[in-house]
Amino acid sequence: MAGRAGALAGWVALAGVGFLCLAPLAALLAQPGQWPQAYALGVLRFTLWQAALSALISVGLAIPLSAALVHRRFAGKQLLLTLLGAPFLLPVVVAVFGLLAVWGRSGWISSLLGVPIDIYGLPGLLLVHVFFNLPLATRLILQGWAMVPPEHLRLSAQLGLGWRGQWRVLGAPILRATLPGALLVVFLFCVTSFAAALILGGGPKATTVELAIYQALRLEFNLGGAARLALVQLGICLIVGALALRAARPVGFGTGLALADIALPRARWMVWGDRIALILAAAFLMLPMLAIVLNGIDGFADMPAAIWAALLRSVTVALGSGVLAVCTALAIAALLLRLSTRSARAIEAAVMLALAASPFVLGTGLFILLNPVISPARVALLLTGLINAVLILPILLRLFIPALAKITADYGQLCAMCALENSARLRHVTLPLLARPLGLGMGLAVALSMGDLGVITLFAAPDSGTLPMVMQRLMGAYRGNAAAGAGLVLVSATMLLFYVFDRLGARFGHRI
Amino acid sequence: MNNRLTLAAALVVATSSASAQTANPELPELVVYTYDSFASEWGPGPAIKASFEAECACTLTFVAAGDAAEVLSRLRLEGSRSAADVVVGLDSSLIPMAKESGLFTAHGQDMAALTLPIDWDDATYLPVDWGYFAFVYDTTRVETPPTSFVMLDALNYSIIIQDPRSSSPGLGLLLWIKAAFGDQSGAIWEGLADQIVTVTPGWSEAYGLFTSGEADMVLSYTTSPAYHVIVEGDDTKRAATFAEGHYMQIELAAQLASSEQPALAAAFLAHLISPAVQDVIPTTNWMYPAAQSADLPDGFAAPPARALNFPTEWIAQNRQAAVDEWLAALAR
Repeated sequence: MAGRAGALAGWVALAGVGFLCLAPLAALLAQPGQWPQAYALGVLRFTLWQAALSALISVGLAIPLSAALVHRRFAGKQLLLTLLGAPFLLPVVVAVFGLLAVWGRSGWISSLLGVPIDIYGLPGLLLVHVFFNLPLATRLILQGWAMVPPEHLRLSAQLGLGWRGQWRVLGAPILRATLPGALLVVFLFCVTSFAAALILGGGPKATTVELAIYQALRLEFNLGGAARLALVQLGICLIVGALALRAARPVGFGTGLALADIALPRARWMVWGDRIALILAAAFLMLPMLAIVLNGIDGFADMPAAIWAALLRSVTVALGSGVLAVCTALAIAALLLRLSTRSARAIEAAVMLALAASPFVLGTGLFILLNPVISPARVALLLTGLINAVLILPILLRLFIPALAKITADYGQLCAMCALENSARLRHVTLPLLARPLGLGMGLAVALSMGDLGVITLFAAPDSGTLPMVMQRLMGAYRGNAAAGAGLVLVSATMLLFYVFDRLGARFGHRI
Repeated sequence: MNNRLTLAAALVVATSSASAQTANPELPELVVYTYDSFASEWGPGPAIKASFEAECACTLTFVAAGDAAEVLSRLRLEGSRSAADVVVGLDSSLIPMAKESGLFTAHGQDMAALTLPIDWDDATYLPVDWGYFAFVYDTTRVETPPTSFVMLDALNYSIIIQDPRSSSPGLGLLLWIKAAFGDQSGAIWEGLADQIVTVTPGWSEAYGLFTSGEADMVLSYTTSPAYHVIVEGDDTKRAATFAEGHYMQIELAAQLASSEQPALAAAFLAHLISPAVQDVIPTTNWMYPAAQSADLPDGFAAPPARALNFPTEWIAQNRQAAVDEWLAALAR
């Protein structure tokens, strides 16, 4: 991706993303409307507070979980890693029902205890956000571990470093590099939470900005007011993002040659700690999945044939969206590495904001922009793919930028010495070293787009129903059983796609 | 990479053009916007399409665009460029906003056949079906069904409701309590607050939570139990009849002023209140037909006797105050 063409591609991608994020917002801001008043400001305060709390807890729990996953070797670890990633990929409604089958008033834990437990309220809200984001935070930290050359691990083992020493030379620098980004990503995700926060949060006490935006856009048709609220929220997120990325320090482990998996010595009490962390996390994340599977199997018989066409449509859109997102993220990541640290950081913080961008605002704004030119319904699936590609971009950048930076730092001089350039360098150095984050990123992008419901409904045209839409329609027509079946089909397809891309990346990738 | 981008673009464009409408070019096309479950294969949509196309020499296309409020908001976004000729399923509490949009024109239909429990003479919005809001309960969990809001409060059964800021049943409950208790409605909400398990963004999540056992009762319609009896053969779901009366939700159809085929649109509206459509409404949309011509199918309980309803002007003026009152009671 060297040379002028690469830089140009980066700028074009950046401009495209900027346009897609800002033009819709600007179109809505042009409409008359009030700036947020007392009620909306209260909602904003609650939104930011719950997002901060959710981020702290999710990432806090991800630290021991990622350590356990690094240190323990056991059969089925790869499968567990994929399964642990599942909650992040679930459509919100499916996840809420799965969680409540376990934690609800008539859920498994309630029946086990014999009394209904009541998690609705702040505990429920945090529960659902941790359920969604613990896996993501864990993957982001593991990505940091993956950048440690095996030689370092072997050396630590040979020197007999105790847990304090290991922490000083490995654990601490890795967390320093990955935690700020992970915290930020989870925070931004929780900022746009809507249905899950309301349902598990127990009602209006857990009102988030996204609900207020939905209310303003759909019920009151107060386009200008919704845009102003979204703008205030974005402004705050921009400040948080800039602070978080400032705190991140890139790892400087240098390069290595070994490909082996090295096990670090671990104190006995820590081994037990690892095991407990793994068992608890697996139970917490897997039991709701099991509930989804059991409910879904029950509903298989009731499913209408329409879901298969919808599945095909969803998969096509998701693949298109994934390829687009990965290419755009690569182009931008490569561009950012050529820029000065300061401007690169500013741009990344800005792109990060796409996570906090309201899909409702993006969709409605695009609708207004397109309507005079072409009927938005004609390009419904295209827009869905496009918007979802933008929404996942920040996570892909978090995956690609550190990896690309490390490739340049470790192999840049070697490549220059060997006169490896352009396609040869891409083929022999960059791609093999980038394959893992590339696979993971593609998997995430595809999965996230599969579950989309926020964007597509606005543009719905005849015969353009995606699988989440069909599921929603079944639920709206009393057919909860069939909806659970459709939910299981959706989750299985999503997981399968994620698994395939994640494993492809791992198979063709070197450890870096 | 450029190749891949092209491939991605081609893929996405191909799928979107494949999904574009393929209507018979020789026949005029009537486009009807409606809410999701109305158009779905288990809703009344397919039956209406078949019976109307048999007599209109046209193609009828339903576009399902979310719930009723989302459909209206989509029409307002599209403005005069909308492809829609008719909208079906606007809910009576949305009329103030529909009027404000200025998108709709007089329907010109004879409304003599209407069988609503209230008088209806609106020249723009034509009732298609209607229902009473009610708390639906499970007989295996609720031994003494409440017969009034006061008793609902006293018996302390757990309930799930919808958010009035994002859903029309949620707003309906607000109006119901306001219509029944007037200035005392705040006190009723404060009494109910501790029984409300949670509040959902829309009807479907609330009903799903109820059927999976998260609460004893859920805000739905008096007609909901009929679905369980007729489709599932399950008679454990009942709707509690309240002495204060029940608030009505009326689902309306209207003709777009921008429609290029007003005659066809008018024919469709007439068709909607004809027996051909009205007779399939109960067992496909699970609501009462607006112009009932036959007895309700077995499985439908007798509707409550006392109807509550506010004039639309009242809703326009008092909606925000009612929502604020609700927020104050539930945020405590």
